[in-house]
Amino acid sequence: MLTRLRRQAGTGMLVLVVFTVLCGIVYPLVVWGVSRIPGLTATAEGTGSVPVVGVDQVPADPAADPYFHTRPSASSQDVLGPGDTSTSGGSNKAQDSTDLLDTLAQRRAQIAQREGVAPEAVPADAVAASASGIDPDISPDYAALQTARVARVTGLPAAKVQRIVADATDGRILGFLGEPTVNVPKLNAAIAAAR
Amino acid sequence: MNDTVAGLLQVVLLLVLLAACYAPLGDYMAKVFTSERHWRAEAVLYRIVRVDPSSGQRWPVYAAGVLGFSFVSIVLLYLLQRLQPILPASFDRGAVGPATAFNTAISFVTNTNWQSYVPEQTLGNTVQMAGLTVQNILSAALGIAIAVALIRGFLRSNTDRIGNFWVDLTRATVRIMLPFGFVAAVLLVIMGVTMSLHSGGDIGGSTYPLAPAASQEAVKQLGTNGGGIFNANSAHPFENPNPLSNLFEIFLMLVIPVSLTRTFGTMVGNRRQGTVLLSVMGGLWAVMLTLAWLSETHPTGAAGIAAGGMEGKELRFGIPGSILFGVSTTGTSTGAINSLHDSYSGGAGGVTLLNMLFGEVAPGGVGAGLYGLLVLAIIAVFLAGLMVGRTPEYLGKKLGRREVTAAAVSILVMPSVVLIGAGLAIALPGTLDALNNDGAHGFSEVLYAYASAANNNGSAFAGLTVTSDFFQTTLGIAMLLGRFVPILAILALAGSLAQQKRVDAGAGTLATDKPLFGLLVGGTIVLVAALTFFPALALGPLAEALA
Repeated sequence: MLTRLRRQAGTGMLVLVVFTVLCGIVYPLVVWGVSRIPGLTATAEGTGSVPVVGVDQVPADPAADPYFHTRPSASSQDVLGPGDTSTSGGSNKAQDSTDLLDTLAQRRAQIAQREGVAPEAVPADAVAASASGIDPDISPDYAALQTARVARVTGLPAAKVQRIVADATDGRILGFLGEPTVNVPKLNAAIAAAR
Repeated sequence: MNDTVAGLLQVVLLLVLLAACYAPLGDYMAKVFTSERHWRAEAVLYRIVRVDPSSGQRWPVYAAGVLGFSFVSIVLLYLLQRLQPILPASFDRGAVGPATAFNTAISFVTNTNWQSYVPEQTLGNTVQMAGLTVQNILSAALGIAIAVALIRGFLRSNTDRIGNFWVDLTRATVRIMLPFGFVAAVLLVIMGVTMSLHSGGDIGGSTYPLAPAASQEAVKQLGTNGGGIFNANSAHPFENPNPLSNLFEIFLMLVIPVSLTRTFGTMVGNRRQGTVLLSVMGGLWAVMLTLAWLSETHPTGAAGIAAGGMEGKELRFGIPGSILFGVSTTGTSTGAINSLHDSYSGGAGGVTLLNMLFGEVAPGGVGAGLYGLLVLAIIAVFLAGLMVGRTPEYLGKKLGRREVTAAAVSILVMPSVVLIGAGLAIALPGTLDALNNDGAHGFSEVLYAYASAANNNGSAFAGLTVTSDFFQTTLGIAMLLGRFVPILAILALAGSLAQQKRVDAGAGTLATDKPLFGLLVGGTIVLVAALTFFPALALGPLAEALA
């Protein structure tokens, strides 16, 4: 039995070397080659239409904060985020966790204060941390909640900010795939350009 | 559009895509393993590795090939991780520690792809591509080979040969995993998945990691592997950027396990035999999806209600896109995640756990789902035979002592490993510090870890800290036993079936191509899992869901 195993393992070694070249070098490099086709390269390098980076700098004074905020992140030191883009992950807290309940209440209170609304008006995605910790999207509700503050701080007319939000809002793909989302990096870039 | 309707339409689109591929892919795979002709490239490979492709192997030789190949694969993957500092394109990420390297090597070779490290900080391109991507392809191909060997056992008579492992492995790699993986990878690139050889980039002062994601993502899903190239796995915007890529990734993990039932039906010459197995897989999957969906949209925990079920979920997928992924990833042996199972409601978390404890047959891993379900079908035929007092037969073969023993060994390994492993871990004082949640949910974290390892799933209630030597080692052993003991039993079963002569169906033969048999198999699966795991489930997810 042992000799048989040794012989088969020897064959296995040769097979593994051949397949390592084929599946581990040739295959990924060919796919990489395809991704160099103009039009595909930007997203393949992470700089395309799916940015991961939310708000870059959160000013110390919330009253002077001119931009839209992403969802909170479990990877962040600050309870409201933004997430650390160099890594990824979530809280892994259970739905009966009292820790999580406290964190959610804290976020709800801080967001309500920042936006000058009642805590009940804060939507769920604004307080719940995402799975990746770097979710680039917020719900249209959370964007609407932030519109008044962004208009006030930037001096842009509220109607203009609303129009920019509407432009950055994506409905469901084909009308039924996924959820309606507002891409925050795209939105903030548009706000910065309009100022 | 109403949220529920939109969610249901996603399911419908997924089912339409699977239905469209079922017959052509299933029949193609049947042809791959019955064709006498070798491709020229394959013939060259056989010459290089000095294998005679025309010679059949007895089951012990086939099994020695499986074990020998897996052993050298584990050794190479371990060495690649340990020697990372001297490998090119490693971005100064250093050598992986021995316990983590041991666990990861076993994990990827056994098709588990459990991850106890943060890939974007731990692994460079060489280990990712030449190590992990390779095993994403080969471990899946090995699963298909085992399933095909078992089918041959039913087909052949009066022979001790069940095929040639090297030919099966090569064909599953070259004719199935590589070409379909390539097409899937290109589609993922088009959908916006990252494919970069750089270590990372920078936007406005924030750095972010990059990786050759698309080529690995494609085979990770297609081969029901599940090891992400980023820590957040398919929740990461670079691995799974939008709802379309999400649905495509779900489709990829289901398409081969589902179509293999067609391959089975075609090869045994009665497609209804395959349809019956498919209906068992599909029925279980649908029931589990419904339960998880209802539970997740009606959270009961105070924090779950406050978070609207969105803690640990990506907004672009929402609850339906997350649950559909979660049920599919645990019903197959994938274990990729696009949302955190640890943060699911008690009911939905319990569903993902139970999906694995069923033995992963809804629809199961690539190859592993089919051979797992065939073993359960044998048990069902045996139970039916006991009821009427006849020698049981399945597909023209008598199921005697040897066959039923092999089937029983195959289904008993996983429960033993899960219950002993989880029991041992929970009894150790250090485990309490490793938990991320307390109470019933904390127990579920440990139970889930061993269920995931022993079933070669790889998903986790990821709050559990598994970096201790105890967890790395015992979970590694659980993966090995959960993968190779059933495989050995199944190859022995195939050998013993092939030696028999074919018996004609008589008046008393149980019709295994009728819906009634589907119900019997489904009942067997639920009964075996319920009898084995009810006490453990009562302490974990059931206690949480009913609290």
